Amino acid sequence: MNRIPILRLGKALLVTIQVDMHDELALALEQDLTQKIWATGARGVLIDISALEVVDSFIGRMLHAIASVSRVLDAETVVVGMRPAVAITLVELGLELPGIRTALDVERGMTLLSRRDEEAEGDVERR
Amino acid sequence: MSGGDLREIRSSDDVVRVRQEVRARAQALGFSLVDQTKIVTAASELARNTLDYGGGGTVRLIELRNGARTGLRLEFEDQGPGIPDTEQALRDGFTSGRGLGLGLGGARRLSNEFELVSQLGQGTRVSITRWK
Amino acid sequence: MSDTEVAARLLAEGEVEIIAEWLRLQETEGGGGSGRISSAELRVQCDRFLALLRRGLNQGAETAQDAAFAELRDMLRDLSRSRAIQGFTPTETASFIFSLKEVTFRLLQKDVGAAWALNRLLDAFGLYTFESYQRAREEVIARQQREITELSTPVVKLWDSVLALPLIGTLDSERTQVVMENLLQNIVDLNAEIAIIDITGVPTVDTLVAQHLLKTIAAARLMGADCIISGIRPQIAQTMVHLGVDLNVVTKASLADAFALALRRVGQSVTRVVPAARAGA
Repeated sequence: MNRIPILRLGKALLVTIQVDMHDELALALEQDLTQKIWATGARGVLIDISALEVVDSFIGRMLHAIASVSRVLDAETVVVGMRPAVAITLVELGLELPGIRTALDVERGMTLLSRRDEEAEGDVERR
Repeated sequence: MSGGDLREIRSSDDVVRVRQEVRARAQALGFSLVDQTKIVTAASELARNTLDYGGGGTVRLIELRNGARTGLRLEFEDQGPGIPDTEQALRDGFTSGRGLGLGLGGARRLSNEFELVSQLGQGTRVSITRWK
Repeated sequence: MSDTEVAARLLAEGEVEIIAEWLRLQETEGGGGSGRISSAELRVQCDRFLALLRRGLNQGAETAQDAAFAELRDMLRDLSRSRAIQGFTPTETASFIFSLKEVTFRLLQKDVGAAWALNRLLDAFGLYTFESYQRAREEVIARQQREITELSTPVVKLWDSVLALPLIGTLDSERTQVVMENLLQNIVDLNAEIAIIDITGVPTVDTLVAQHLLKTIAAARLMGADCIISGIRPQIAQTMVHLGVDLNVVTKASLADAFALALRRVGQSVTRVVPAARAGA
């Protein structure tokens, strides 16, 4: 089975979903990411869905699960690049994905993550 | 109701294929991008229900031309165990399997017309229509 | 020989006469003489219609829906459409067919069966022009409605990453939907982190519209952009509260306040410039 590649970008992991995923592929991604966050000690996860034309409740659930698991492993998840039509449909579907951070593109997502890192380092210095 | 084109739903690859075909039809009928996305998403929810709860089944794609109106109707059918309480199944948050329990209720909200018929031990038939 | 074939033969035999008389009738009563369409153009249309009609009749087509008349229907549809756009009335448009009926009726008195067959066909084609005309007009109206909606709600860029959507006039549910989709697309196109929806110019908002507004804000958040609503009137505030709006929508009294907040969020600020001369004095 094909897998979605996970790239390392400094202290963050970047996943770019470019195919219409079937359910097993989505579940595999969830597992792979969890493993990789733990193995690399990544502080952030960027999931770029700008190529996705459809996000249904299953993919929504996957995004939600990734965000929750990564939070437990002390990594922040940012979903980036959701298309307008997809966003409207998700809201209509009743999936507003509370607790997931979002950004317009990968660059802005990275900024969001590094701001969080700086704040965390500030904490350390104060102690 | 007959007519239209029949497609099998036996694997999660079939669910992907249903999404792609519904997208192509909606596009050809001149649906707006948002309307395309809505019906494709609804189709995805229902195709997965057919596979996961109905043990597989079929979908019939029917293009509607009713005077000035153009629409797309999808009829999902399975011979699975059926839904004991359809009212409850339509409520958000109800799920007996994977997903967030938004499948049926979500598909209804994304469609202009929705019809659900289920008989215990006989199977389930869900029909949705979205007008352009 | 069948009725349709007889009709085709009679039409062929009398073609020169028919065209002359048909053109004359149209010039006098069909609006053809009003200068919106040249007589040369009209003549081409008449020739083509007769040729296609004869072709279909020769193939034994008895109804206007017959496949043998497909090309003829296409021609009538295009003709009706262009006349609808040129400003012909429906009657003037349909008289293209109905004036031919008058001409051929006299000619076909030689054969009752053929006359009857042709008569029925021409009636059906006449109605077809009406229908095509109507449809073309509806398309024009729908397009204009869309254009008005888009024109009446411009999305403006206030600053890098900051957009504003000043809404003016009554919002119905359909207009709100178009406007909101437009806003979300602009967020992507202009790469905006913050969108200000200013509703100072909106007198009332019903619950459906308020819901659309909130859904748009939720959708923008999913895309990674924040919305600020400004200029909410008291009555609209009540509607929103009754809807149970705890979606942490950020609201500001005026567009200016909203803009100031937006600038702070994107790390910018506006300061007063002190002229050097006065500072030195």
